[in-house]
Amino acid sequence: MSEKLLEVKELRTEFKREKSWVTAVNDVSFSINKGEVLGLVGESGCGKSVTSLSIMRLLLDTSGKTTHGEVMFDGKDILKISEKEMRGIRGYKMAMIFQNPMSSLNPCIRVDKQLMEAILLHNKISKQEARQRAFNVLQSVGIPDPENTLRSYPHQLSGGMSQRVMIAMAMSCEPQLLIADEPTTALDVTIQAQILDLMLEIKEKRNTGILLITHDLGVVAEMCSRVIVMYAGRIVEEAPVKDLFANPVHPYTQGLIASVPKLGSNMTSLPSIPGSVPDLSVMPKGCKFAPRCKYAQSICHEKEPELTYVEGSTVQRCRCHLFHSKREEA
Amino acid sequence: MAEMNTPVNHQAEDTLPKPKSKAKEFIKKFLKRKTAVISLVFIIFLAIIAVIGPYITPYDAGTPDYMAILQGPSSAHVWGTDEFGRDVFSRLLAGTRLSLGVALSSVIIGTALGVILGVLAGYYGGLFDSIVMRCCDVLFAFPDILLAIAVVAIIGPGVINVMIAVAVFTVPSFARIMRSATLSVKGSLYVEVARSLGCKDRRILWVHIFPGTIQSMIVNFTMRVGTAILAAASLSFLGFGANVTEPDWGAMLSQSRNYLTTAPHLVLFPGLLIFLTVLAFNLLGDGLRDTLDPKLK
Amino acid sequence: MSAPLVSVKDAVKTFSVNKGFMAQKKYVHAVNDVSFDIMPGETFSLVGESGCGKSTTGRLINHLLVPDSGEVWFNGKDIAKISEKEMRPLRKDVQMIFQDPYGSLNPRMKIQDIIGEPLLIHTSMSAGERLKRVQELLEIVGLNSNHGERYPHEFSGGQLQRVGIARAMTVNPKLIIADEPVSALDVSIQAQVLNLMQQLQKDFNLTYLFISHDLSVVEMISDKIAVMYLGTIVETAPKKKLYGKPLHPYTKALLSAVPVPDPTRDKNRILLKGDLPSPVNPPSGCLFHTRCPHCTEKCKTEKPKMQVMDGDHMVKCHYPGIADKEA
Repeated sequence: MSEKLLEVKELRTEFKREKSWVTAVNDVSFSINKGEVLGLVGESGCGKSVTSLSIMRLLLDTSGKTTHGEVMFDGKDILKISEKEMRGIRGYKMAMIFQNPMSSLNPCIRVDKQLMEAILLHNKISKQEARQRAFNVLQSVGIPDPENTLRSYPHQLSGGMSQRVMIAMAMSCEPQLLIADEPTTALDVTIQAQILDLMLEIKEKRNTGILLITHDLGVVAEMCSRVIVMYAGRIVEEAPVKDLFANPVHPYTQGLIASVPKLGSNMTSLPSIPGSVPDLSVMPKGCKFAPRCKYAQSICHEKEPELTYVEGSTVQRCRCHLFHSKREEA
Repeated sequence: MAEMNTPVNHQAEDTLPKPKSKAKEFIKKFLKRKTAVISLVFIIFLAIIAVIGPYITPYDAGTPDYMAILQGPSSAHVWGTDEFGRDVFSRLLAGTRLSLGVALSSVIIGTALGVILGVLAGYYGGLFDSIVMRCCDVLFAFPDILLAIAVVAIIGPGVINVMIAVAVFTVPSFARIMRSATLSVKGSLYVEVARSLGCKDRRILWVHIFPGTIQSMIVNFTMRVGTAILAAASLSFLGFGANVTEPDWGAMLSQSRNYLTTAPHLVLFPGLLIFLTVLAFNLLGDGLRDTLDPKLK
Repeated sequence: MSAPLVSVKDAVKTFSVNKGFMAQKKYVHAVNDVSFDIMPGETFSLVGESGCGKSTTGRLINHLLVPDSGEVWFNGKDIAKISEKEMRPLRKDVQMIFQDPYGSLNPRMKIQDIIGEPLLIHTSMSAGERLKRVQELLEIVGLNSNHGERYPHEFSGGQLQRVGIARAMTVNPKLIIADEPVSALDVSIQAQVLNLMQQLQKDFNLTYLFISHDLSVVEMISDKIAVMYLGTIVETAPKKKLYGKPLHPYTKALLSAVPVPDPTRDKNRILLKGDLPSPVNPPSGCLFHTRCPHCTEKCKTEKPKMQVMDGDHMVKCHYPGIADKEA
């Protein structure tokens, strides 16, 4: 259980914006164990997708590059290996599911060809065997009529079905790590429930590690064992899911959790965080959250805090000058 | 657009904020684009030449001088002479009016018609759209120059008729481009919003849809100016346009091709002038497009 | 009790889908037999999954679409059959807020011209008077009055949604139709916009028709809720009754499928089987029977009628409350 599958150390990724480079992700360190679902939460533009793309090395060198840090996977720093070696890992040991299932599948190619391509790329087996394997994975992700689905084109499938196909494709080589970037955001709630259940089932069966990237705290609460909260390209808080919701330490996490409408809570107005996320090219100097933080002191505007363990905890970390212990204030 | 006049209510005048003038902002933004401003200056310069050109020529543009045939550039004839000994510089000056006049007016007529037809066809669709587009298909079936010849053959030769002929083959390409641009803007959410606000069709068309299509219009317009200069020249070369002996850039270019090896200056100077004119329109078009794009500063 | 501001009666809207040249015309039943009333001053919500016809219903009320049959009464006038020209003066009273804040604003217009547009259309105010009103409104929705000189691309999604709200407010409408106004926004911004909408409702006595797929947001803002499935309303009830005691099995499943940000809550979801049926070939009998965990023979053949339970709780099911009885 405690076996580390992936370890990210001090990752920094920069992006080209017109003529200058801006830092999209800075000093991001975390690890994922086997059979664990790690949630990566944050609002749009906080760098959560960039983090996943950096790990998969899917950024185009011209527009974005990882300038610092290590990504240890399978005993190697995968930021340093060759592109050819990386191709052997990507899709085989580490697979990804994207937000929009419809546009992640090639609309001109039948589902069977696309699935078989993924399988044949990493396995030396015959086409018949590959097709059989494709049939089996589709069945395992709960598609009622796999033969029919194999023969159809992506546009003939519904959103939920295409996401199942995408998951099947990701799972076809039985990867050790699955990165899911907003896998259910484009889906309806009833379908979302189906897909989330399916992902948990896969995790149980194969002991896959899952990095679940989402903006939906509800999904995090139901799926994850540990959670990382990102803001403006930094990790602001990391904690086991129960601790995070019971005792959020960072003011941003507190605000985020408070501003989600909760079903059955009978609230009529919501606490909200004033202001909006800072632009990457004009980041505040000190703590990135200071301009929106109601507790901000002068030190917050001058010096960026470090990510340190919360007092009395070995699992919860927080990046804040003022709050180091659980619930100092009522 | 909103009227920019001061409020009618004089008593409240000082308490009411005054909207900024849109024209002033446009000019201010346009002046920041150096290449476009230079192009505009060049085009204005050409326009002045078009008016006064025939009166300031150092030699008479039409009189042959058989003592000075096919001479290269010299102090007497700065840009050389042609096969009849006529001064190239004088002929280019004198020909500006005809070349630029025919090309510009035909393209402007063609653009105006094409834009109106295209935008209306795209917006209203249905029978009108079908009729306009099928007519365009028919016109597209002929090569441009053949079409122009056919038009001139029907309505008779002459400068005005050449303009009409060139305009006729400009219309369909504009209509088609504007129609597709209109269709894509028409499908955008903010046009539906405008409808839900209660905008009349006319306002939706010209305030919400047309500005979104202006980019395609400008690009096509600048491309068409060059085509029109050459098409008008071909027509006069074939004897449909102005008198062949009249100075005209395009005509000068096409007649001089026989002397390409012996007297290259005959091709060089008219060619250069046409090239610069087209380039100036292109750069001006780019500048206007950028000025109209609110995303650019 | 006062008269309803909006009253929709048996509205039907179909769209034809042409498949190929010679193929038989097929119809999508986007809205099928929808009826509801909205009282002045209340927030009425339409909830449902994508493709259930909630947005189409919104557009019927604002005459962007015309129903094939049925009546749409607004402020004592049947607008279902009137022409666009007759509708135009009424548009002043019905304004709309859209899901996509970027897409709903003309990128080539300044914020002040966008917000001032309804004034230009519906009033005879001078340019200066309009600008003054626009600046007031910018302040009301929490923006700066000098923001009016800027263009939409200079703002964030949350700010643009405020602009959209300001535009809807300019002509003091009676009804605002908000079509998924917060689903494109981040959670912290979503809360800001929802709070603003509630504040405005209090201050200006607005009536909202709130269209959303997010049951948690709907619970927060609504007075009365209608749940839609495949173009029909399956359940209508005041908020407390719907969330406290849902009678339709679909509502029940929908509520249980919403992820709740509380890891300690026990997760006994009702998982619905399969996908949404195609609205081109809707199922026979009860539209929900293909996915319903309590489906019987009667459900497959006989269309359920809207039944009134407990005063103002209406449900379209042969066995209302069946999910609770079995448990």
